[in-house]
Amino acid sequence: MATTAAPAGGARSGAGPEWGGFEENIQGGGSAVIDMENMDDTSGSSFEDMGELHQRLREEEVDADAAAAEEEDGEFLGLKGFKGQLSRQVADQMWQAGKRQASRAFSLYANIDILRPYFDVEPAQVRSRLLESMIPVKMVSFPQKIAGELYGPLMLVFTLVAILLHGMKTSDTIIREGTLMGTAIGTCFGYWLGVSSFIYFLAYLCNAQITMLQMLALLGYGLFGHCIVLFITYNIHLHALFYLFWLLVGGLSTLRMVAVLVSRTVGPTQRLLLCGTLAALHMLFLLYLHFAYHKVVEGILDTLEGPNIPPMQRVPRDIPAALPAARLSATVLNATAKAVAVTLQSH
Amino acid sequence: MAKAAESPGDPGTTTPRPLFAGLSDISISQDIPVEGEITIPMRSQIREFDSSTLNESVQNTIMRDLKAVGKKFMHVLYPRKSNTLLRDWDLWGPLILCVTLALMLQSSVDSEKDGGPQFAEVFVIVWFGAVTITLNSKLLGGNISFFQSLCVLGYCILPLTVAMLVCRLVLLAEPGPVNFMVRLFVVIVMFAWSIVASTAFLADSQPPNRKALAIYPIFLFYFVISWMILTFTPQ
Repeated sequence: MATTAAPAGGARSGAGPEWGGFEENIQGGGSAVIDMENMDDTSGSSFEDMGELHQRLREEEVDADAAAAEEEDGEFLGLKGFKGQLSRQVADQMWQAGKRQASRAFSLYANIDILRPYFDVEPAQVRSRLLESMIPVKMVSFPQKIAGELYGPLMLVFTLVAILLHGMKTSDTIIREGTLMGTAIGTCFGYWLGVSSFIYFLAYLCNAQITMLQMLALLGYGLFGHCIVLFITYNIHLHALFYLFWLLVGGLSTLRMVAVLVSRTVGPTQRLLLCGTLAALHMLFLLYLHFAYHKVVEGILDTLEGPNIPPMQRVPRDIPAALPAARLSATVLNATAKAVAVTLQSH
Repeated sequence: MAKAAESPGDPGTTTPRPLFAGLSDISISQDIPVEGEITIPMRSQIREFDSSTLNESVQNTIMRDLKAVGKKFMHVLYPRKSNTLLRDWDLWGPLILCVTLALMLQSSVDSEKDGGPQFAEVFVIVWFGAVTITLNSKLLGGNISFFQSLCVLGYCILPLTVAMLVCRLVLLAEPGPVNFMVRLFVVIVMFAWSIVASTAFLADSQPPNRKALAIYPIFLFYFVISWMILTFTPQ
């Protein structure tokens, strides 16, 4: 009696692992007492049958599929109702296990908390970093600190998107196979992510000490200058003004990025390569943004328009294909001159 | 069962008496079968509630949902610091507003110069913008749930939808600088209204020193929508 009483005792207390799942499923989890009424059809089930059932239960837990298969031969007196509940219990346990696994996987991969430390900033910090992004540092002999946060850069990219949209609308840009918003978002995010990755790759080649996050943050804050210039020049359409701002504001933010990179790289060739590339890309991007979405006088357009127009047409302001060679070479010269000057200064 | 006798309430405590406190006084005669379910009362209440909404007529359901949406519209138009929008959030209102806005903003399909935003573009901008803002405010440490934030941002597009209607009406008159100034004024006022409304609902969920960080993307979002409304010209 002792052995057969044990399962029953376990059923009462619910402590035994064999009966634990059984108990919580009968009343739907809300009750404290097993309802023996629902258990079986025959009131004559004695503790001997319980012992048999206990044995069966263990077998069924090992082979869960057998529970469904054995539904058919549930002609057993006293076990019919029980088997139904048993299969339900097993199915429920499998569901719980599957759900637990899925939620664990989900919380591991789709957890936005991974990004949470990069958004831990105060408004005062963001403001000071925005202002600092326009001030080039003098000290290049020891590595400069770069704040690894993503809030500022992300907001700056979105601001640039908004400003670009404004520029495209005022210049009546027409996009044939695409949408205005899609183009703006693609351009800005493509630049931020693409150029960051490219410069990070170059930094890896040149043995510079910078992580991907820091590169993203650096380039993101470097877009602050772009935002200012474009905001002003999309509204005041003066070429001379644009060139002035391009050199001044664009140049300042480029200088800052270049100085930070120089302080983290060793060797003149590496410095030249890295900083020259970054400076060229940054300044050229500002040039591109201004001219691609800018109202241009019709006369100049007619003389400059080339024969080949790319499929995603921006009619009729497709300037980049028609930039005169002189301007391009001047830009490159400027950028390299700056990089060389900084390199020479540091020696 | 032995359990029933072991769970009486303590007579000496000053805390509120537990549920089965008086049961220890009851004596059960042998011939009354002890059976039945002991369940937590709230469960049955919930089950009743569920079945009652399933059995009601469709008209009742629709009217109830419409009334809830209308009530939230009122809350947006007269923003006070309340959490009605937050407590029972729903996405019907934002959907209606978004579809209305997108329908009114789309340009005609057969024109060559499709410089205006298409239906899908507006839809995507609204929903992905709202999702981005929600993620941003969650990452900044806000304690608001994902759908509550979506609900608030969607409902606060209502002033801008009204602005769109007004602009459409104004554009029926002859074009000119006065026309543009009127539209500009209306859009600016509604833009400010949207921001004030969403700030009234969302600001409390952010940590106090980071409110500006959470409000800036909302400003950008409504700015983009306002810009699309302002520059809309029917073909």
